[in-house]
Amino acid sequence: MTRFSAGDHVQVLALGKEGHVRIPHYIRHQTGRVTEYCGTYLNPEDLAVGNTSGRAVDLYRVAFLQRQLWPDDAIPAQDTLIIEIYDHWLRSVKETENAP
Amino acid sequence: MPHDHQHGEHEALIIEDEAGNIEAQIIIDALQQVLIGKGLLTAHEVTAAIAKLESPGLHLGAKIVAKAWTDPTFKSRLLSDGRAAVQELDIPVTEARIIVVENTAQLHNLITCTLCSCYPRSILGQPPSWYISKAYRARSVREPRQVLAEFGLDLMRDIKLVVHDSNADMRYLVLPEPPHDVERYTISELETMISRDHLIGVARGDG
Repeated sequence: MTRFSAGDHVQVLALGKEGHVRIPHYIRHQTGRVTEYCGTYLNPEDLAVGNTSGRAVDLYRVAFLQRQLWPDDAIPAQDTLIIEIYDHWLRSVKETENAP
Repeated sequence: MPHDHQHGEHEALIIEDEAGNIEAQIIIDALQQVLIGKGLLTAHEVTAAIAKLESPGLHLGAKIVAKAWTDPTFKSRLLSDGRAAVQELDIPVTEARIIVVENTAQLHNLITCTLCSCYPRSILGQPPSWYISKAYRARSVREPRQVLAEFGLDLMRDIKLVVHDSNADMRYLVLPEPPHDVERYTISELETMISRDHLIGVARGDG
């Protein structure tokens, strides 16, 4: 049983982790909706330091409205960005009007 | 304690300039000079190896798309499990998972990797140099419609644009829209219509 499923509203955390992380800065703090569960994968934060025995983590694809990511009214309202986020970088949020 | 702060969080320092990592370039140049000097390598072999690395292997992507355009059951398998469907065509896939995203009259998909250069290499070969450039990586998420326009694709505003940042374990392929008269063409004619750029999403069949 995964923590999130398609349609769930989530916020990307800003964990302030050092080293090799795969969550770009532009998506941190943003709220979006899970589109898909991708399976479990070894955590790149472990792999980057040679630790191949770390716990596998759940990975999701999460959709965000482009207008919400970038303050620009010229962006068409329906334009979307989808990015992969590991479970420990997500928290559940209440439904917002901003998510796609 | 994890700090969820608004201040002081910064991007990693950029240690390379626009021309790439200069320090590594100096080491490679010196090594190449030594190898050529000792007769172990020729300059021609180096350029031939680079050409091979950079050759896009287009036929593999075109083969997948042409099959999907002409075989609806293959297409549905491709959209539900890209890796398994591609392997049906005897293409060895080294990526953990291939997600195929379908363009429609109302939807256009664009693939990028903002963090590095993640790309479905077992299908498309090495990415083009622009795909790896910092400009594409930053602008493909920040102003994707302008980027598309620079590729000659003026996407109409009522077509929804979805940008896929392949930042982690998934790799992506765009399934372009077939020509409206797809049944008129042979498979090999269809394959010639499909370029690498269609599979990344910087080109669109009609544009």
